[in-house]
Amino acid sequence: MAKFSSPDDIKVIVATDCGSTTTKAILIEYVNGEYRLLSRGEAPTTVEAPFEDVTMGVLNAVAELEELSGRRLLDDKGRFISPANGAIGTDVFISTSSAGGGLQMMVAGVVRSMTAESAERAALGAGAIVMDVIASNDKRLPHQQIERIRHLRPDMILLSGGIDGGTTTHVVEIAELVSAADPRPRLGTGYKLPIIYAGNKDAREPVKEALSDKVDLRVVDNLRPVLERENLGPAREEIHELFMEHVMAQAPGYKKLMSWADAPIMPTPGAVGLIIQTIADIYNIEAVGVDIGGATTDVFSVFRPDTKTPVFNRTVSANLGMSYSISNVFAEATLPMVMRWVPFKMDERDLRNRVKNKMIRPTTIPQSLEELIFEQAIAREALRLAFVQHKNFATVLKGVQQQRTIADAFEQSASGATIVNMMSLNMLIGSGGVLSHAPRRAQSALMMIDSFLPEGVTRLAVDSIFMMPQLGVLTEVQPKAATEVFEKDCLIHLGTCVAPTGTTKKPGPVMKYSIDLPDGSVTGTLNHLEMKLIPLGIQENGLPKVVKATFEPDRNYDLGAGKGAKVERELHGGVVGIILDGRGRPFDLSSLTEDERVKYLRTWMTDLNIYPEIPGK
Amino acid sequence: MGHAYTPGLKVTDSLVIRKHRILPLKGDVLVKLGDKVKPDHVVARTLLPGAVVPLNVANKMGIPPEDLETVMLKKAGDPIKAGEPVAQSKPLFGLKFLGGSKCEATIDGTIESISHITGQVLQRGMPTPVEVKAYIEGEVIEVLPREGVVVQCVAGFVQGIFGIGGETNGAIQVVTPDNQTVLSDNLINEAHKDKVIVGGSLVTAAALRKAIQVGVRGIVVGGFDDKDLRDFLGYDIGVAITGSEDTRTTLVVTEGFGQINMAQKTYDLLKRHEGQMACINGATQIRAGVIRPELVIPETAEDDYKQAKTDIPVEGLKIGSPIRVIRHPYFGQLGRVTDLPAPLQVLESESRARILEVEFDSGKRALVPRANVEMIEG
Repeated sequence: MAKFSSPDDIKVIVATDCGSTTTKAILIEYVNGEYRLLSRGEAPTTVEAPFEDVTMGVLNAVAELEELSGRRLLDDKGRFISPANGAIGTDVFISTSSAGGGLQMMVAGVVRSMTAESAERAALGAGAIVMDVIASNDKRLPHQQIERIRHLRPDMILLSGGIDGGTTTHVVEIAELVSAADPRPRLGTGYKLPIIYAGNKDAREPVKEALSDKVDLRVVDNLRPVLERENLGPAREEIHELFMEHVMAQAPGYKKLMSWADAPIMPTPGAVGLIIQTIADIYNIEAVGVDIGGATTDVFSVFRPDTKTPVFNRTVSANLGMSYSISNVFAEATLPMVMRWVPFKMDERDLRNRVKNKMIRPTTIPQSLEELIFEQAIAREALRLAFVQHKNFATVLKGVQQQRTIADAFEQSASGATIVNMMSLNMLIGSGGVLSHAPRRAQSALMMIDSFLPEGVTRLAVDSIFMMPQLGVLTEVQPKAATEVFEKDCLIHLGTCVAPTGTTKKPGPVMKYSIDLPDGSVTGTLNHLEMKLIPLGIQENGLPKVVKATFEPDRNYDLGAGKGAKVERELHGGVVGIILDGRGRPFDLSSLTEDERVKYLRTWMTDLNIYPEIPGK
Repeated sequence: MGHAYTPGLKVTDSLVIRKHRILPLKGDVLVKLGDKVKPDHVVARTLLPGAVVPLNVANKMGIPPEDLETVMLKKAGDPIKAGEPVAQSKPLFGLKFLGGSKCEATIDGTIESISHITGQVLQRGMPTPVEVKAYIEGEVIEVLPREGVVVQCVAGFVQGIFGIGGETNGAIQVVTPDNQTVLSDNLINEAHKDKVIVGGSLVTAAALRKAIQVGVRGIVVGGFDDKDLRDFLGYDIGVAITGSEDTRTTLVVTEGFGQINMAQKTYDLLKRHEGQMACINGATQIRAGVIRPELVIPETAEDDYKQAKTDIPVEGLKIGSPIRVIRHPYFGQLGRVTDLPAPLQVLESESRARILEVEFDSGKRALVPRANVEMIEG
């Protein structure tokens, strides 16, 4: 590919994401002073037999781009034409990949809630699926741990343990267990399993002694050099390096794909994390992204627990998804939790069979409205459970002693408390079939509100065509293009949710509001268990309209400034608009009778224009 | 994009079946090219390395790890017996009556390694033999040295949609009068011991229990209730990866969950082959590299080889294609495609999708998303 002295010289970009079933390609061009998405194409991924060459799927997807855009991108031999010249060629080609099961890792550390958890955070942040976490105190006997290591066939292992200068015995013991298990890599037989050691620097030599004969050992800086600080960067970089060197190199066609690409091929979830971090950095906001797939649900977040340093976290809920794993969502959430979102009665035996039939025939779609409502009810629970797992994982570092003053004694925050703060969260982004392809955008908005329960003022958006992976890797090459396209073409701005925290037993006002809409001010009162939709759309350039609003919560309610305190905020519009949520937080339907629950659900669905009609009564 | 519909399950009278019978680790292949094998014939064998059990000798003897060398009686690779001393310290002042502490092996096996850093001695248990059987009756057509073999036969073949339980075999016996009757417990008796029995639209929980009680090897049936499945297994199947359940009777469901008539074609095929030996496997994996449960009915006549197809060509949906609807509101109904309109259409759910028109066996017509039908192949 062509070389550029400055990223600003890059005017045409082709990016692909090789998923396990579909390869998606996008074409970005610099037009009229801004980077915009021009077209997108897709084709089945060709990693598995009979093709066994990922580049075939990439070329097919790019050929669709050519057809749709009129830009010739490939020469007669099927190679990229580069650099771009007029309506021919591209300046840059980049790609992400999750084909062939993505990056599968095992991590190990000494203490489960300390170094092992830091190692898990490093692996997840790099875009891996963590198959298991081994720790000295994970309550398994050593021989059980060895059996487990032997049975799993990860792509690589991340081994950590101990702070620099601390005791070496425990981490060496873990290294000896790994050595005894003699683990084999998942793909290929002609190479040794890569193991990254990112633990106590004093234990490097004995760890080498225990492992270097059997595995491909890489040593990087300790990911927990002191208890109070994580240093995940070097381990994550090494994971990406090894992903390219070993995992990608073993997958059919990837050597060729790597030779085409202008930036290292990144695991898909790693790239999604990168774009979310970039956006949170540029706009100085806190953001949560969720990608709900057929088998798994990924949650990404950036929060600033100390109000300035952004902390990124990613979790993968391996068995929460809308097709392959739908039955597991049902089993984990339980029937009553799913049914609380359904405004009509259904027979349990029939329901259970329907869920299992979706599991065994995962590509089917809801034809009837009743099926759609039921599927979206399950999606709410999958999202809720995935977010619960995320909140439990995204915590302040555990095991750190905190100096407390008398004032702190009244705050209940403790070592290991979650850093997820729904009140300070600015933006919630959803992606994945059930959110991106919901027939009405208001359905996506309500699904996200019901499952994440945002507090205060929170913007809502969906990634309509799952472009975040390609934009994530683009941040490494041309960050300006990545952020411009992200804001204008990738995100579908749904609007803003305004939800005061607090509860009250009696019906009554939750807050007064006054919103300065472009065509005049709207004022009113939001009552307990009421939801309101106030339309506020999008500007011509694709960005949301922004207006000022004033809220006066009732004395039992809080919008971020304290109970009963008046708040002035900017509200962003979107294809849905502004949603005022008077259901209170914590949100609890259990106090309602069955008839009341159905009545309220039907009212909310009608007021927010969620469905064309609601079946049953 | 590729096909907008689900490729169907295979149901055919005569197909060349090849099964790779591979060891989990390299070992010995016990048959040779051209050998005729029966389902229970062991074709390959290996030894799985034994479990590793650590023994912290330094701790037990109260010595620093670096002194381990001075007390070890065994070295890496040496065989050990449970209770046998592996390390012993010298008695105080060399006086035997003052004794010396010792540390004994906890398992039979060998010494795997000795660590002077942690003081840990790893003991490796005795290896476990693992055998691979032929599973089907046929001929060995390829030997993969030290790994296993490929066995081939011509067979009647039925692919199911979901199953539980592993590989087994038995003579086919159809126990329901048609493809619609529910397979209830009163239809099962002692005569069905070691048989693979065929039912109609549903097997009840009581029938499944009775089948296990009398020693039925396998059940092939149209549908099964999820609630019964959970009660039977004692847990809910979260993701469709099965085959390792210890159920004693293997179950193959041909249509799906709930009461659904077994496809007439499948029922008729099984009826034609009644009395023949069938090899059955409930293993299901609905992920990349999909595995479907199956029933293989090996044929032994030479003529069958000449006529058998090596594969069933996958054809796209056409007007007249036989299909099965695989989602509500027409779930389980069979019919033929009568129209394939190209433009996307808006469904009742307001989703936009490519659809087709189907005429059901009852004569009624309906519009259904293409994603919600499955070809009936074979």
